[in-house]
Order: sequence, then C-alpha cells, then structure tokens
Amino acid sequence: MATESTAAETAGHAASSVCVNEHGGAIGMPQLCGEWFPNQMFWLVVTLVVMYLILSRIALPRIAAVLAERKGTIMNDLAAAEELKQKAAAAERAYNEALVNARTEAAKIVAAAKADIQKDLGVAMAQADVEISAMAARSEKSIAEIRAGALEAVETVARDTAAEVVAALGGAADAKSVMAAVAARMKG
Amino acid sequence: MATGTEEHAAEGGGLAIHPMDQFIVKPLFGDGPVHWYTVTNVTLWMAIAVVALLGMFVLATRHRGIIPSRLQSVAEMLYGFIHKMVEDVTGHEGLKYFPYIMTLFMFIFLSNFLGLLPMAFTTTSHIAVTAVMAMAVFLTVTLVGLYRNGIGFLGIFWVTAAPLVLRPILALIEVISYFVRPVSHSIRLAGNMMAGHAVMKVFAGFAGVLGAGAVLPIVAITAVYALEMLVSFIQAYVFAILTCVYLRDALHSPHH
Repeated sequence: MATESTAAETAGHAASSVCVNEHGGAIGMPQLCGEWFPNQMFWLVVTLVVMYLILSRIALPRIAAVLAERKGTIMNDLAAAEELKQKAAAAERAYNEALVNARTEAAKIVAAAKADIQKDLGVAMAQADVEISAMAARSEKSIAEIRAGALEAVETVARDTAAEVVAALGGAADAKSVMAAVAARMKG
Repeated sequence: MATGTEEHAAEGGGLAIHPMDQFIVKPLFGDGPVHWYTVTNVTLWMAIAVVALLGMFVLATRHRGIIPSRLQSVAEMLYGFIHKMVEDVTGHEGLKYFPYIMTLFMFIFLSNFLGLLPMAFTTTSHIAVTAVMAMAVFLTVTLVGLYRNGIGFLGIFWVTAAPLVLRPILALIEVISYFVRPVSHSIRLAGNMMAGHAVMKVFAGFAGVLGAGAVLPIVAITAVYALEMLVSFIQAYVFAILTCVYLRDALHSPHH
C-alpha cells in the first residue's frame, strides 16, 4: 500500500499514501481511503472494549448504587416527614383537648368561687342585718328615753314657770292647783 | 480542525480551501505508513474520548455523593437518559444490553463533541468507524433474535397484519430494509459529522481569505457550530435509539 513520496515529507504532512497528494492534502474523500481502514477499526475496537470495561465494571454499577441510595434516602426522609407530620397533628389535637379541658376546669372554678362568695355574702348580710336591727332597736330605745325625759322636763319647767307667773301676779298659788292646771294644759 | 485554513489559503493564494484535509489519518510519530497498529491521530482522539469518559464517569462519581457534584449529576443524567430509553424501547428484558448501548452512545457522544474542538480529529466522521459499530449492532441483533426466537425470528419479515396477497412483496421489502439497516445506520452518523465539519471548514476558508472584514463567514461559522452541537447530540441519540429499536425486534419477535 505504502508508496514513497518525498514531496509530502517536505510539506510536513502525512506521507507515503495513495490517499494524500504531494502537498499533504486529501485526494477525494479521506473516509474512503481503504489503507486507513484497518488502523481505524483496530483502535475503535480497543477504545470500545476499554470504554465498555470502564462503564460496565466501574461507572454504571456505581451510578446505579448512588441512584438507589438516593432514592432510599428520599423515601426514608419522606416517611420520616410523614411521621413527624402525624406527630405534629397529634400534638395539636392534644393541645386543643388540653385547652378545652382547661376552659371547663376554669369555668368550674369560677362557678365554685361565685357560689362561695355568694354564701359568704349571705352570711355577712344576715349578720349585718342582725347588727343593724340591734343597733336600730337600741337607738329607738334611747330616743324614747330621751323623748320621755324631755316631756318630764317640759312639765316641770311649765309647773315652775306657772307658779312663778302666779306669784309675780300677786296670787298665792298652791302647788296642787298649779300642777292640775299644767297637766290639763299639757293634755289639751 | 474547524479552523486553521489560513496557512493553506496563504500558501495557495486565493480561494484554496481544503475542507477534507481535516479527515486525513496520519501517524502521530514520524511519517511512516499507516499500519493497523500505528499510533495515529485516530488513536489520540479515541484516547482523549476514553480520558473524558474516565473523568466524567469515574473521577466525577468517586465520592458517590447523595447530593451530586456538577459533573456527577451530568453523568447521572446521561445514565438516566439512556437507561430510560433502553427500558422504554426494548422493555425490561432489554436492560441487560444497557451497558453495550451506553458504551456506543458515550463513544459517539464524546467523539462528536471532541471533534468540534478546533484542530480536533472527528473519529465518528469516518465510515470505517461507524460501519464497524453498525455491523456489530446488526450482527448482535440478528444473533440474539435467532438465538431467542429460533426460526420464528424470520417472522419479522412476514407481516401478518397485511392481506395475504401482499405479504410476499412486503416480505421482500422487509428483507431488503433489514439488510440496509447497517448501511443507513453508519452512513447517517458519518455523513452528518463529515458534512458539518466540512461546511465549517469552508466558511473558515472564506474568513481566511476575507481577513479582518470576515464578519459574515464568522457569523455563519458561529451558527453552524451551534447547529453542529445539536447534531452531535442528536446523532449519538439516534444511533443509540435505533440500536434499541433493532434490539426490540430481536427480543420481541411477532410470533412469540
């Protein structure tokens, strides 16, 4: 196949070929140059075998493992998230329940407190009523006493004044008739 | 090797564009003949593809992170993409062929993208490379189909849904299309890669001739480059998904 061509060598290109002219340029389509076929086929087979070994022995199992692991991780994370979500929902439910319980408890305590206060108030009111009525009675009594004292004093003063007035007018007033007259006037 | 035509243009004078020179296979060391074992630019760029694969799929995943690093998530995305494709197209039992399809896809994917680097050699633009892969797929599919379904595998040529009169004609068409598969499978990929790179090289040649005023060719190169990135991915994807489709025929023969 190889033909000698010194001109191609001077041009600095691939030489010794029927597919290359003396300037190193291509004659026709280099794709159809039969003398290069074995070289390309040989290196292609070598390359494909190497690539196949790299891919099938190392790369593809590794990537498959990584993808499976990632899938597993994501699934686990999703399951965990679901679990946490349910936990959160349960916690919320418990919280609401506790809130409702606390409300009823509070209402109960308020009612009890109100009843207590009402009771205490009733007792206190009753006691106060008793005290007030006692004090009122006492006051009435003392008012009556004072009133009685006053009447008596008025009668005495009237009698004395009447006796003095009679004496001043020059009469002699016996005590009996003055008393009778005053008593009569006081009644009238 | 998308750029770098300038020296050709300069030495040739005028419009001396050599869009096909980028596809020349040459020895890395010395100027000797290209034997089957010679270390050539083919070897170099395939080795770079292997290094890129190691970086993306071994180095980047070495931490096995639950939370992936950037490069690890790229590797995982490609893994998931091809894995899902194999499962969707061939069904669950096709998954044991997943490493083979992944190997083909990653080789084409990396070669296509590495070929877009300036001065790069695109190994997948050569029919010799794509034909070997397409023939490997064709032989694998045929052998798997015959092994799993026996003579019943030939049922894929006998279209029972069609009227009886048409079936022999359809069988002939099916047989022809079956044997044309590796041809179209390989030429589609090599043709796409070659055409795109050649077009970029032509525009680069225009840019070299026009010099500083080469706005239009540079805009065109940018647009073609973006398109080529799309094509690089799509062609790798198409090659892989067609492999899956062919494999499905072998795994689920119509009579079984």
